[in-house]
This record gives sequence, structure tokens and C-alpha cells, in this order.
Amino acid sequence: MAAPKKSAAKELNAEKGEGAVAEFTKEQELRALRDMLLIRRFEEKAGQLYGMGAIGGFCHLYIGQEAVVVGMQMALKLGDEVITGYRDHGHMLACGMDPKGVMAELTGRRGGYSKGKGGSMHMFSMEKNFFGGHGIVGAQVSLGTGLAFANRYRGNDFVSITYFGDGAANQGQVYESFNMAELWKLPVVYVIENNRYAMGTSVTRASAQSDFSKRGASFNIPGEQVDGMDVRAVKAAGDKAIAWCRAGKGPYILEMQTYRYRGHSMSDPAKYRTREEVEKVRHEHDPIEQVRNRLLAAKVSEDELKAIDAEVREIVNAAADFAQHDPEPDASELYTDVYR
Amino acid sequence: MPIQVLMPALSPTMEKGNLAKWLKKEGEPIKSGDVIAEIETDKATMEVEATDEGTLGKILIPEGTADVAVNTPIATILADGESAADLAKAAPPAKQQKAAESAPPAEAKKEAPVSPAPAVPAAPQAVAVPEPEVPEGTEMVTMTIREALRDAMAEEMRRDPDVFIMGEEVAEYQGAYKVTQGLLQEFGARRVIDTPITEHGFAGVGIGAAMAGLKPIVEFMTFNFAMQAMDQLINSAAKTLYMSGGQMGCSIVFRGPNGAAARVAAQHSQDYSAWYSQIPGLKVIAPFSAADYKGLLKAAIRDPNPVVFLENEVLYGHSGEVPKLDDYVVPIGKARVARQGSHVTIISWSMGMSYALKAAEELAKEGIEAEVVDVRTLRPLDTETIVESVKKTGRAVTVEEGWQQNGVGAEIAARIMEHAFDYLDAPVLRVSGKDVPMPYAANLEKLALPSAAEVVQAAKAVCYR
Repeated sequence: MAAPKKSAAKELNAEKGEGAVAEFTKEQELRALRDMLLIRRFEEKAGQLYGMGAIGGFCHLYIGQEAVVVGMQMALKLGDEVITGYRDHGHMLACGMDPKGVMAELTGRRGGYSKGKGGSMHMFSMEKNFFGGHGIVGAQVSLGTGLAFANRYRGNDFVSITYFGDGAANQGQVYESFNMAELWKLPVVYVIENNRYAMGTSVTRASAQSDFSKRGASFNIPGEQVDGMDVRAVKAAGDKAIAWCRAGKGPYILEMQTYRYRGHSMSDPAKYRTREEVEKVRHEHDPIEQVRNRLLAAKVSEDELKAIDAEVREIVNAAADFAQHDPEPDASELYTDVYR
Repeated sequence: MPIQVLMPALSPTMEKGNLAKWLKKEGEPIKSGDVIAEIETDKATMEVEATDEGTLGKILIPEGTADVAVNTPIATILADGESAADLAKAAPPAKQQKAAESAPPAEAKKEAPVSPAPAVPAAPQAVAVPEPEVPEGTEMVTMTIREALRDAMAEEMRRDPDVFIMGEEVAEYQGAYKVTQGLLQEFGARRVIDTPITEHGFAGVGIGAAMAGLKPIVEFMTFNFAMQAMDQLINSAAKTLYMSGGQMGCSIVFRGPNGAAARVAAQHSQDYSAWYSQIPGLKVIAPFSAADYKGLLKAAIRDPNPVVFLENEVLYGHSGEVPKLDDYVVPIGKARVARQGSHVTIISWSMGMSYALKAAEELAKEGIEAEVVDVRTLRPLDTETIVESVKKTGRAVTVEEGWQQNGVGAEIAARIMEHAFDYLDAPVLRVSGKDVPMPYAANLEKLALPSAAEVVQAAKAVCYR
């Protein structure tokens, strides 16, 4: 009897050494700190503006999950595509989109990335290769697979970084996409941001298989679980997954184990978890504090860190100021951009 | 000067809430982003974050207070170097002060320049498109609609390397209805792609590829199965250009047979004309003649917008004349007068046109000259051609295979009423599919579909004959 054929996933598991962390230079640590701080402060400000009524509708904050996008962004190269769901502010800032344009979209102003027509959940930047910003849970997974399809069709070596949450991971089209991605060896890294709650439903109450790295197993897609609170671990996993895709080996799944400090959206009853649970993660695993502590231990001065803080705060304040004073879109914009 | 912390709004509709709990005490240091209190409404609980650094100076609203109005000062924060003695000078932060001027937060936007005129601007009017020039003496080739479609795709794939086709059985099987016959042989497996049976998934993959700049033709084996993919067609394909402020759209064609085939019953016999043509951002085409099938599919593939191209399985084998031109493209959005007449206008598209034209022949025998308008494109709908014809005839009948309620016929009747009411000599009548799921039995199926006889009857009725 022939020996059972080793799957790509098994082969990889043998060599992958899960839990690896990238060695960061001081410059990388500082960049990670700055980029994560920018997201944190931006989101805090967005929360405040929402409270003041300047931002309407739905507003999903990324606070707590910053290491995921920042680490992944450090692993990809110019030309790779990024696409995500509606908790998208962090992804846009990590892609280098202008905080003013993002904040002005949140307030529905003409200087917003979508001229005020998209809002929090629907923003795009062709210039920064950010493909949205999608409001329907799971839809971005098929779309991100399509971005990878385009790379394959064109014969380039770019990779589609397709983010979705533990909630979206239960949508049918995710698996339809997994199947096609592996079948056609599409260069897509599926980054599952497992923040433990799909709106108010915990992973254990929604998922028969809560190890999301195994969700591609029946399609032979390799996957691994990553400490999504440690930006170095994210970067290391991202490097490996992206290299796999770039080499033409097909898709790769990274389950980022992370945590959302704030509610699902702004009107979250917060009845489904305890304050202690949130506080424990904050105090023991905060992605920003981890970097800050490492930098301090490496004798980087408090002043240098404070300067980063101040710079970030200034950027965020300027964005908030712009977003509150930029005019609303002109009424004539009502009928533009329906067709081109 | 000490900073006031105001009661925040949990949602744009919130006007007051309860101050459930203080998480910081007076005198405690505070960092920006610290949670200092919890507020709640009947719907939710929310944390109040400090926006500034300093020390919690004074709690103005004790915990447990109910019905605190939004923007009421609830505490003061002392900056470094300030003491309780400075409390009297407390002022709300500049930005929040502005918000406080208009208590309901939804109105807080007033602080920025707002377009003054609440009037809705006029919707842009469709511009008439000229019919393509078919030079005199052009040779006409008779071909089936199936071949016309295949030729249109092949020509566009030769012309533009970004055009490719994907769908179930489009490659090796040569098309479930043989529409893609020969394409795999000419263009290879890179551009003619068999998908798994996974409509929702491959529609999304196609749209993603289009967002990246490719020009996919996505074939649905029939549009009945596209219902599984409808979210992607509408929420992703149709709306993204608008939601991105014009930055990112997708040039993509969704095509396949629509409407009733024969004896396949309810789940495989449905006309989606009305469904898709309701959606701004989509273009919807449903041709009848072989020439239009070819010319409009070429136009659809070149169009920079998402296009739903509704074909008809029964028509695939029908033959018609197609101009033998290197590049025959029919403009989207232009109806065609398929038959001239002066007594009544019959308006239809796709398979409905076969009933309309047959009826016109019958009517002619009885001295009623019907003008038959093939709208060809359902969105944008060529109101002008329809209205001009009705102004001439004063009577109108619409014909469609779909259901009557909220149907395309209803829309056409409304437009005629809006634009040609004074010209009407009779109410507009609609001939349509019956208001039932499609039955299987041959006799019942026939009854469920519209017929030339029904069109004749309706035309006579509006002519009071």
C-alpha cells in the first residue's frame, strides 16, 4: 500500500515552527510603535467625534488589533493589494492613506476618500492599493481572491492580503473562495483576525472548529495561528505566508489571535463579556505597550517616545480638525459616480 | 483652564442617557484614551473616554443620575499645574462647545459649511445615442444568436487581452448551451476558465478581478443560479464606484440565459429583468435580434460599468441577419423601432418581442398597424423613443415574460403616463407572465406565459376594437 500523500499543509507544519517572532531593529520597533499609535489615537478620536455626533451611522473601531495590520504591512511590498471588511480604519492608515481623508470620510465631508459618499465602511485608495472597506460580512474574501486572480492572470508576483474576522469565517463564500484559490494556486494570504467575538457572539458559541488556521484544511491550504498582539510574530508569519504565495504555491491562511477592546460598533451593549476580561488583555498583551517596553528596555529614551506620541497626536488632531471643517459634498455630487 | 467633559451621544439619535458609573475618582490622574465613566441608554452601554490629559478635577454629575442630556458637562479635567481653585474657570473644549450649541447631535454638523439648498438636484437626463452606421451595401450574414454571442466574445477577446470568460462549463464542455463553443481552442485555458459550481464565489472573484482592472465576462449557466451571487452583483459590483467617490469601479459583464426555458418548472424559469433593472450602477441589456445580441454584447464588454446581459435560451437557436462588419457595436441605452405603425405602440424586449411581432402581424390583418418598439436596454431605459412612438399612436401595450407586480411594464407605463399623458387615448395595458411560479405541465406552462393572442387582445382593447 502506498504511503499516504503528504499534504502541503502537513509538509509546511513540519518546517514552519509556529510562534516564531521576527527580530526587529530599533528602526522597525519605532516604526511599528508609531504606526500602531497612529491607529490607536485615530480610533480614540473617531470614538470621541462619534460621541459628539460628528460621525454618523456605523463606526467600528480597531483599538486592540493594531499589531495585525502593522505587522502585515511590514511584511508586504509595494504593489501587493490589501482588502478588508468594515473594521477598516486601521488598514487604511497602515496602507499609508492620509488620516485627514479617512477622518473626513467618517464625518461625511467632500475631502473624504469617497467624497463623503462611502462613510466608515466604504473607503478605497487606488493609489495605495487599498481595495476597501466592504460592508457585507465575507464579501471581501471573494473579492480579495479576485485580486489574486488578476495577479495570476497578469503573471506578476504580487500578493493579495485579504483580511476578515472570525465572524466572516463562517460565511459560505469564504469556502467557495478557498476552493478556487487553492485550485488555481492564487497568491492570496487570508488573514483571519480572530478578535474572539463576532459582534456579541463569542467564537466558541459560533464556530464548530474554532482553530481558524485549520479552516483551509479540506482544501489543502496551509495555515497557522499567530500571536496577533505581538507585531514581531505577525511580521514573521506574514513574511512566511507572503513568500509562499509569491513563490506560486497558492493561498495561505494566518489566524491572528487578537482582541478588540471596544464594542463591535459604537452602540454595543457590552453585555457579552466582562470588563475584567477586557482589562486583562489590555494590561497583559497590549500590542503598543509591548513595543514601548521593549524600546525602553533597549535604552531608548522616554523623550524619544514622547516625541512620537506628540507627532501622532498632532496628525490626529489635524485630521479631526479638517474633518469637522471641510464642507459637506456639494448637492450636485448626488448624481455623480453612479456610472463612468 | 480646566477642561469640561461633556455627556457624549451614543448614537446620532440619542438625546439623553444615564450616567451609570464613574471609573475614576476626583483627583485621579487621567491619560487621553482612559475610560473615565460609563453611560447607558435603554439600548446600550458606552464608555466615556478622556480626550485630554490631566487630573479629574470635579465630578459634576454623580453616578446613578438618570436622563442626563447630551452635551451636559459631567466633569472637569485639570491640566498639569492647575488646582481645584481653577475649577471656576472651567470651559468646555472648543470643538465640543460648538457641538453643544445644537443639542441633538444629528444637527451638530451645522458647525461646518453645509450646502444651503435642501432642494434635490435634477437627475441627469439620458442623452440620445445615435444608431450605428451600417453602410449601404453591407453584406448581411445569417447566423444563430448562439453564434452571434460567441463571435462577439471572440472579437472582443482578440481586441483586448484583459477580457476573459469564466463560468461553469464554459471551456472543455464548450458551454452548457454551446455559447462559448471554440473559445477554449482559440484562447486557451488562461482566458477561458471553467469554474466549480460556486456562483456566489466566482461572481465575487470576477468582480475582484475587475476591480483590479481586468474585464471579465462571467457566465451564469442560467440567471436562476445567479440569485446565489446577487449580493456580489448588487452590493459589490453596482455600488462600489459610487461608494468610492468614483475611484474604483468594475468593468464586468454577467451574462447567461434568463427567463423561461421549456418545461423546467419554477426554479429554472424566472425573468430577472425587473430585479436587475431597478439597481442604479448596473446597466441591463435584454436583446431580441441576432444583430443586437452581437452588437450589444460587444458594447457591454467594452463598457466601463458592470453590465447584466440577459439572454434567452429559447432564442439561442434562432437565426437572424448580422451585418458583416469588422466591428459592429450597438450602443447601450437605445431602443429600436422594430416595426413601423400608427395605431398602437407595443413595447417589449428579449423573448417578449416574438409575441409582440407575431401579434403585430395578426393585427395588420385586421387593419390595425402596430408600431413595435424593442427597448433592448432596460437600464438606462430609452424613454424618448417609447414616448415619441406613443405620441404618434396614442395607445400602448407592454409585453414581458416576467411578473406584472413592480415589473418593467409597470415602469414603462408610469413613464408614458408622466411624459405622454395628454397624448394617450386609452390606458396603457400590460401583457405579462401570470402571477404564479412557473408550472411544469405543458398546458399550464403555456398558460403561465404571455402569448401573441393576449397581445392582440390587449392591442385591440386599447384601440377600443
